[in-house]
Amino acid sequence: MAVLTYREALNRAMTEEMEKDPNIFLMGEEVGHYEGAYKVSQGMLAKFGERRIIDTPISENGFAGVGIGAAMVGLRPIIEFMTWNFSLVAIDQIINSAAKMNYMSAGQFPIPIVFRGAGGAGGRLGAQHSQSFESWYAHIPGLKVLAPYTPSDAYGLLKTSIRDNNPTIFIESEVLYGSKGEVPEGEFSIPMGKSDIKREGTQLTIISWSRALMYVLPAAEKLAKEGISVEVLDLRSIRPLDEEGILASVRKTNRALIVEEGWNVAGFGAQVAYLIQKEAFDYLDSPVERITQEDVPMPYAANLEKSSLPSEEKIIKKVREMIK
Amino acid sequence: MSQPKTKKETEDLLELYRQMLLIRRFEEASAKAYSMGKIGGFCHLYIGQEAVGVGAISALEQKDYIVSTYRDHGHALARGLEPKALMAELFGKRTGIVHGNGGSMHFFDKNKNFMGGHGIVGGHISLAAGIAYASKYRGDGAVTLCFFGEGAANIGSFHEGMNLAAIWKLPLVMICENNHYAMGTPEYRALSVKDVSVRAAAYDIARDHIEGDEVRKVREHVRVAVERARRGEGPTLMEISTYRFRGHSMSDPAKYRTKEELEKYKQGDPLIKAEKDLLSAGWAQEELTKMDEIILKTVEESVDFAEKSEEPPLGWLYKHVYAENV
Repeated sequence: MAVLTYREALNRAMTEEMEKDPNIFLMGEEVGHYEGAYKVSQGMLAKFGERRIIDTPISENGFAGVGIGAAMVGLRPIIEFMTWNFSLVAIDQIINSAAKMNYMSAGQFPIPIVFRGAGGAGGRLGAQHSQSFESWYAHIPGLKVLAPYTPSDAYGLLKTSIRDNNPTIFIESEVLYGSKGEVPEGEFSIPMGKSDIKREGTQLTIISWSRALMYVLPAAEKLAKEGISVEVLDLRSIRPLDEEGILASVRKTNRALIVEEGWNVAGFGAQVAYLIQKEAFDYLDSPVERITQEDVPMPYAANLEKSSLPSEEKIIKKVREMIK
Repeated sequence: MSQPKTKKETEDLLELYRQMLLIRRFEEASAKAYSMGKIGGFCHLYIGQEAVGVGAISALEQKDYIVSTYRDHGHALARGLEPKALMAELFGKRTGIVHGNGGSMHFFDKNKNFMGGHGIVGGHISLAAGIAYASKYRGDGAVTLCFFGEGAANIGSFHEGMNLAAIWKLPLVMICENNHYAMGTPEYRALSVKDVSVRAAAYDIARDHIEGDEVRKVREHVRVAVERARRGEGPTLMEISTYRFRGHSMSDPAKYRTKEELEKYKQGDPLIKAEKDLLSAGWAQEELTKMDEIILKTVEESVDFAEKSEEPPLGWLYKHVYAENV
């Protein structure tokens, strides 16, 4: 098995798909000559040329719309947002055009497009460059929302997203681009709506995704040493949601904790908690709990940033309370 | 524009007049149905602007694309979309052009390259640039024509779409139908320029400005822009000055403008102009009256069809939220 970084896995997925289908192109700020602000598209301009690897001006609303228009007539664009923070100026296009076009046109105009880029909390980037929008996009019927944690998942899910005939919100973590992981040789894809048990356990399920797993997995290790057996479920796919996977795990462990980097109010974890109480209420030995980012814009100061985010310590403390 | 001289020119104008008259009668019927509560939501009528849509769209080929606004009935009819299916859509019936999923603001017809009916002011401009982008990507020789109002010329999507179309030399013709009011806001309170097309200078692209009361003149000017786009010489920004005789939508009594102003513009009614030209060219009034009767019958039939059609089955509620993966 090859060991790839998260960014290499994404690059491989896009490159392989583009080799197969001339309708696919990659468009965004600095994706071409600069080879990607986070170097995700390294080498792709040399391979595919300027016709298919297209640098844009700083103009998210404009090029998101261009991608959607192109998808209306059968092209399959991959639109990179340098970060998801900048997608907010394109959110009208994503919601009002991409998500609804197939419905409004009664199936005449499906929009096979991938919006992808760096998201989540970053290293002291401050309030405007360090935030998670999974909940925002997951709210919208017509969109699919993915947030992979491992290079292998990033590869397999990006392939699926590119092949999907619907608009996909593919949120990468900028902290994870350099992380390494084993990616199976040969081509494969991962279906949407299928969570992955990243760690087996019996006493409590932690449901999480993307960078938050960086805190969850080591916390689970430490708890294991205390004799507390935690199962870790990586959603990977926020919408569609693997309801069966979540419920199966919670029915086994009887406790659920949701850990996310997004804000608490109306966060996606609240939806997961609703699902669990509705469908697995009788199995619960303690209330469903959540750990989220604190309800503040991200501060710059290192200590405050750290304290605002989920952490190993917060997770360990919460799990101990729940197991008592 | 001078009056038609040859028989061919006269017949050509007659066909354009027929299309304009169909729009006028269709809209009058929809206004009536709206008043009777048979049409819901917003209903933005095109009455008064017919020469723009008919003239511009008649400059296109079948392979070309049209992107429209929330005021899309006229554009759709000019493109030849079926009046019955459009009226049924207004009535929210399963036989509607988008099966009752869209309503007045969201007509789509893939077979006619009619790319919507978009409800967010100016949001569709970058979509149009994207469709034109795809034509350039594929080299299919098609041109995209995008309509918008002067109100849309102040939104970011307009400027971003224009800039992208300009730097990539996209086969796009942008037509600002300036009817002088963005809902109730007159242009002088919202626009930094008197003629939207001068903004073309900011993007170093071609521009044109005309009055939109003569249908053949509109076509002639739009044709120049379409040909320029087809030759690969990039986009054109046009302003076609026009006027809506009704309010912004059916719910707007248009009290922000005077009766005198409305009357002045009604003198320039594009249908009356075309009718006069046809009569001067020797066409008989009876022929025109007969044409009107045929159109009225078509419209009545479309209302009847819409009325008798069934509502979409409840089982269709979730249909088309997601496209199938095949």
